Amino acid sequence: MTQKSMRQALNEALRQEMRRDPRVLILGEDVAGGAGCEGEEDAYGGALGVTRGLVGEFGRTRVIDMPITESAIMGATAGAALAGLRPVADLMFVDFLGVCFDQIFNQAAKFRYMFGGKAVTPMVMRAMIGGGFRAGGQHSQTLHPMFTMVPGLKVVMPSTPYDAKGLLIQAIRDDDPVIFLEHKAMYDLMGEVPDEAYAIPFGEANVTREGTDVTVVAFSLMAARANDAADLLRKEGISVEVIDPRTTSPLDLDTILDSVENTGRLVVVDESPPRCSLAADIAAQVAEHGFSHLKAPILSVTCPHTPSPFSPSLEDLYMPSVDRIAAAIRKVVSR
Amino acid sequence: MQINRDELLKAYRRMRTIRAFEERVFAEFERGNIPGFVHLYSGQEASAVGVCMHLTDADKIGSTHRGHGHCIAKGVDVRSMMHEIFGRKDGLCGGKGGSMHIADLEKGMLGANAIVGGAPPLAVGAALAAKLKGEDSVAVSFTGDGGSNQGTVFEAMNLAVVLQLPAIFIFENNGFGEATGHDYAVGSRDIIGRVAGFGMPATRVDGRDFFAVHDAMGEAVRRARSGGGPSAIETVAKRFGGHYVGDPMRYRTAEERERTMRDDDPLIMFRRKVTDAQLLTPGQLDALDGEIAALVEASAQSAAQAPFPGAADLETDVYVTY
Repeated sequence: MTQKSMRQALNEALRQEMRRDPRVLILGEDVAGGAGCEGEEDAYGGALGVTRGLVGEFGRTRVIDMPITESAIMGATAGAALAGLRPVADLMFVDFLGVCFDQIFNQAAKFRYMFGGKAVTPMVMRAMIGGGFRAGGQHSQTLHPMFTMVPGLKVVMPSTPYDAKGLLIQAIRDDDPVIFLEHKAMYDLMGEVPDEAYAIPFGEANVTREGTDVTVVAFSLMAARANDAADLLRKEGISVEVIDPRTTSPLDLDTILDSVENTGRLVVVDESPPRCSLAADIAAQVAEHGFSHLKAPILSVTCPHTPSPFSPSLEDLYMPSVDRIAAAIRKVVSR
Repeated sequence: MQINRDELLKAYRRMRTIRAFEERVFAEFERGNIPGFVHLYSGQEASAVGVCMHLTDADKIGSTHRGHGHCIAKGVDVRSMMHEIFGRKDGLCGGKGGSMHIADLEKGMLGANAIVGGAPPLAVGAALAAKLKGEDSVAVSFTGDGGSNQGTVFEAMNLAVVLQLPAIFIFENNGFGEATGHDYAVGSRDIIGRVAGFGMPATRVDGRDFFAVHDAMGEAVRRARSGGGPSAIETVAKRFGGHYVGDPMRYRTAEERERTMRDDDPLIMFRRKVTDAQLLTPGQLDALDGEIAALVEASAQSAAQAPFPGAADLETDVYVTY
C-alpha cells in the first residue's frame, strides 16, 4: 500500500473505472479547463484538481467541460444515465444545488419509482462540501441532510483517502443515483490507499475508535475531528467509540445501536445547522429504537441555525471543533 | 454624448479607485491578510463605471462574484468595503458576507453574488418594484460571459420583456468563465445576438472604452426611465488576472496577458483620450491618483487593525423576528 492524498485517491478511482468501463464519463465545469483559451489544456482538472490528467488519457469526449449551467449539467447527467451511460457529474460547490435542484430531486431521484421499477439511473454527482475556506454563505454549506431526506438518492461522505477511493468506485458501479460529497478541507489528507481497484459497500459503518464509555457518530471532516477528540479524552480516562457511517443513505443504524447498547451514551456530530440534520435524524432513531440502552440524554454538536459566516472568527465558532466535541463528550459521560 | 469636466473627473476617480483597490486587495491576499476567495475586476473598470455613471442611489444594481468594481462604481464606501473583505466587525456586512457578498442597500447595491447567473432575476424583481411603485428608477444586472449561458439569466430576460420592465442586462465578456474560454462555452459566440432574440434592444460595445459604454448605457437608461422597457449591453474587456487570486492561469499564456495589460488598459485609454482632447490635464489626473492611493492605503491600514466579530455576533441577523 502507498500513501496517497484524498485528491489522488479520488482521481485514481475515476481513472480506473473509466479504463474498466467505456460508459463512464465525466461532465462538469472546468473538469479539464482551458477549452477555448490560448493556454494549456487541462488547466484546472476540476476546481481543486481532482480530475487533473484524466482528459489527457480519455480525451474531451469522456472528460467534458461544461458551460456554467448547472441545470443542464445535472439534467444531461440524469438523461445520459437513463439512456445507458454511467456519467459522473461534478457540481463543484454543493451550494450550486440551488441552481439545479429540479434535475436531481424531481428527475433523477424519482425515475425508478415513478416508472414502476423499470428505470435504471446509474449516475454520480460529485460535489465539494463544508466550511473552513472562509468562503461565505454560498460556498460553504454541506447540504447532506437535504439529499438524505430524498428517497431514491444514495448519499456518501468519505472521511479518509481509503474510503474515498472505495466508495467512489462503488458509486460509479452502483445502479442508483449517488450523491458523493467531498469535504473541501480534506483533499490533501494523506492515508494508505491500495493501488488496485476496490469497492466499499454502502450502508456499512466504520468503527474508527473502539471505546466503552460513549458512542460518537460523525461523518466526513467531523469524523476526523471526532477521532481527535477521542484521542484527547483517552488521556483523561474517557473511552470513546467513534463511528463513521460513511453513507448517510443508506444508514448503518445497526452498528450505531449495537455500540450504544454497549456504551449507553451517544453524541452525534454534524457539520450542519441543527434542525432536520443528520444529528437530529440519528438521535431520533436511537431514541426510538435504543431508548432502553441510554444512560443519559443524547447530545448533538452542530453548527448554529444560521447561514455560514465569512469572517474567520465567526466561522471557527460556527463549525463543530474538537474542543466542542470533547466538551459534549465530557458532559454526557458526567451524567 | 457630452460629458462635462466634473463628470469626467468623477469617472476617472472611480476607475482609478477600482484599480488601486484591487491591486491592494491582491497584495493583502498574498500576505495572508484576506481570508476566503477574491476575484478581481482589474481591466474591466470602464464597464462598471460607464454603466453606473448614469445611476443614482435610487437605481439598483445586482453584481457577480467579481463585484468590487461594481460596488465602487455605484458609490459604495471604500473603507467599509476593505473592512468587510478583511472580515472585520465594522465591515459593510459585519464580516458576515466577505468579498463575494458585499452589499450596500442604501446605495442601491443589491449584493455581489457567488452564484453565477444570480443577479439578473433579482434585478428583474427590483425593476418590477420600481414600475409598480411608479418610480422612474431602473435596475441593472451584471453578468459575465460565463453567466450569460445560465437558464436563470434567460428566464429573467424573457420576464423583463414580457412585463416591459426598466431592467438593463449588462454582460461583461471578459473572455473567460473560470478557466474556460468564451469561444468554447458560448455556443453561438454571440452573446448579444442571442439576447436580441428575447425581444429587446441589445448592443455590443468595447468594454475598455469608458465612452463607448457610457453612450450605450445612456441610451438604455433613457429608454428604461421613459417606459420603453429592458435593454442589454455586452461590454467586451478581458480581465487582467485569473478567475481568483491564486489562480495559476495555465489556460492563459504569458504573452497574451502581457498584451492585454499593455494594450487593453481602460485607464490608459481614458487618460489618453481626455488629455489628447485637452479636457483634463495630466496634472489633474495625477493629483487624483495620489488622493486615491492615500484613501486605499488608509482603508487597508484601518482594516488590518479593526476588531473581528465575536461570539455575540454569530447568531444575530438571521431573521427580523423569530
